[in-house]
Amino acid sequence: MKLTDEQVKHIAWLARLAMSQAEIERFKIQLSHILENFDILQQVDTTDVLPATQLSASRNVFREDKAAESYPQQQILANAPNQEENCFKVRAILE
Amino acid sequence: MNDLCELTVREAHQLLQQREISSVELTESTLQRIAQTEDKLHACLTVTHDLALEQAADADACLNEGQGKTLTGVPVLVKDLISTAGIRTTCGSTMLENFVPIYDATVIEKLKAQKAVIIGKTNMDEFAMGSSTEHSAFFPTHNPWDLNRVPGGSSGGSAAAVATNQAIYALGSDTGGSIRQPAGFCSVVGLKPTYGRVSRFGLVAFASSLDQIGPLTKDVADSALVMNIIAGHDPKDSTSARQPVPDYTKHLSRDLKGLRIGIPQEYFVEGMQGEVREALETAIHRLQEIGAAIDRRASLPSTKYALAVYYILAPSEASANLARYDGVKYGFSAVNASSAIDATEKTRQLGFGAEVKRRIMLGTYALSAGYYDAYYLKAQKVRTLIREEFDQAFRELDALVTPTSPTLPFTLGEKLEDPLQMYLSDVCTLPINIAGVPAISVPAGFADGLPVGMQIIGKPFDEETILRIAFAYQQATDWHKRKPPLLSG
Repeated sequence: MKLTDEQVKHIAWLARLAMSQAEIERFKIQLSHILENFDILQQVDTTDVLPATQLSASRNVFREDKAAESYPQQQILANAPNQEENCFKVRAILE
Repeated sequence: MNDLCELTVREAHQLLQQREISSVELTESTLQRIAQTEDKLHACLTVTHDLALEQAADADACLNEGQGKTLTGVPVLVKDLISTAGIRTTCGSTMLENFVPIYDATVIEKLKAQKAVIIGKTNMDEFAMGSSTEHSAFFPTHNPWDLNRVPGGSSGGSAAAVATNQAIYALGSDTGGSIRQPAGFCSVVGLKPTYGRVSRFGLVAFASSLDQIGPLTKDVADSALVMNIIAGHDPKDSTSARQPVPDYTKHLSRDLKGLRIGIPQEYFVEGMQGEVREALETAIHRLQEIGAAIDRRASLPSTKYALAVYYILAPSEASANLARYDGVKYGFSAVNASSAIDATEKTRQLGFGAEVKRRIMLGTYALSAGYYDAYYLKAQKVRTLIREEFDQAFRELDALVTPTSPTLPFTLGEKLEDPLQMYLSDVCTLPINIAGVPAISVPAGFADGLPVGMQIIGKPFDEETILRIAFAYQQATDWHKRKPPLLSG
């Protein structure tokens, strides 16, 4: 599987990663090389094999819907790059 | 008397209990060792000097009252992706360079309940993605056995630190080999518990179906002692198991009579260095001499697909887990941006390093429309086959033995520009995470002065048997007692 510039840009867009042209070039070669090595999986007959969905034997894990103490607002905001009036500050999403 | 920092957990515990040494003395000894070795090793990202001495004084007060527990007053280093309230937790990334968690991971709560002394946080590949600790955003860690070589990764800081007595033990995390491979490269003991055995609450997520926290220790008995404290169910981690936690030290000294150990042939094929193969053959012979029944017919035919399965599944999960780093609630945030989306994209471009981006890209691709079936779904199906083969093997066998890594520690920079070669360094360890079973790496010899690790793989929730085998092997050898030349030079 050889990736094109356009494909690399599309994946970067889906992953919300800005990318320089040099990065696009490098990832195009490296990712193509890695993906080629994944082709080995096509040799495996997986007819009637169920995908592994979870590893532990437990199924749904329930607990009582009971409110517990949370963290003070100031602590929650302590690592925020930008804050205003006790809120996380974000850029406008709608113009 | 040797430096106190050279003690094991068990020895330190005894001397502390008997009040022959104080936790403050012991802690000062480790801090001094860090100061002596760190300019060559670069194993630590944060050393909590003053806080550690406060904790040590507190532990001494507790010990004076006769209230000491196994880990009371014993200094530990923690991999820097395990949340420590009030102590910077960087994940080896620019993205979290100044991130200070507001809560402790469950394993840290457990250590604190014992009044353990946390002396700092160790270096690692960014977000645990790597096999050499060269992908740390800050600096690479060096292998104490040869400073021109890598310590393995991603828990390379923890492994190098334990090998040089910077701490009495350390915690790491293992998603595809990140405890065991560096333990092998640095000649210490590293245990990856069964998936769900140790709570992952507060462990920064990389690949949630594969991640486990585990101990890196100077010997096998210490591994069992630390497991006694950190294992167990946690309501805050819905994937943690409810199985009762045994006393892992209880059966350590039982002999190996009656135990059947399989040597899966698929782990001894192409790409394996001759020196590693030789060391392993000698180790297997030793296991036989001390009573284990060795079965060389063991076979796990799907092993050759494990690398592809892993490098589809782990990046897929990572691409979802790392979507949270958008520069809004915490972490690095790009300053010059024209819009909300532009800010997110630039934050991620500048905050993540090359290997993390590579994996996010791989995972995003494997999960994207049109490719999901061919990559992600196919990999999940082959994962089922790999797990079934382990189940099948364990119907007749008590454990499996393989090398921990197919090569000796490689030189710094050697595999940095060839991601696939780097990935191959974990070819013996990642099938174990895919299957979710436990495995331990123990020192098993040296070639050209470089350590070789032996991996012992067990049945789900049967850490006891692999610890027992590891302990018996350790009693019959003295590889774990060798000290890196860094300490004599």
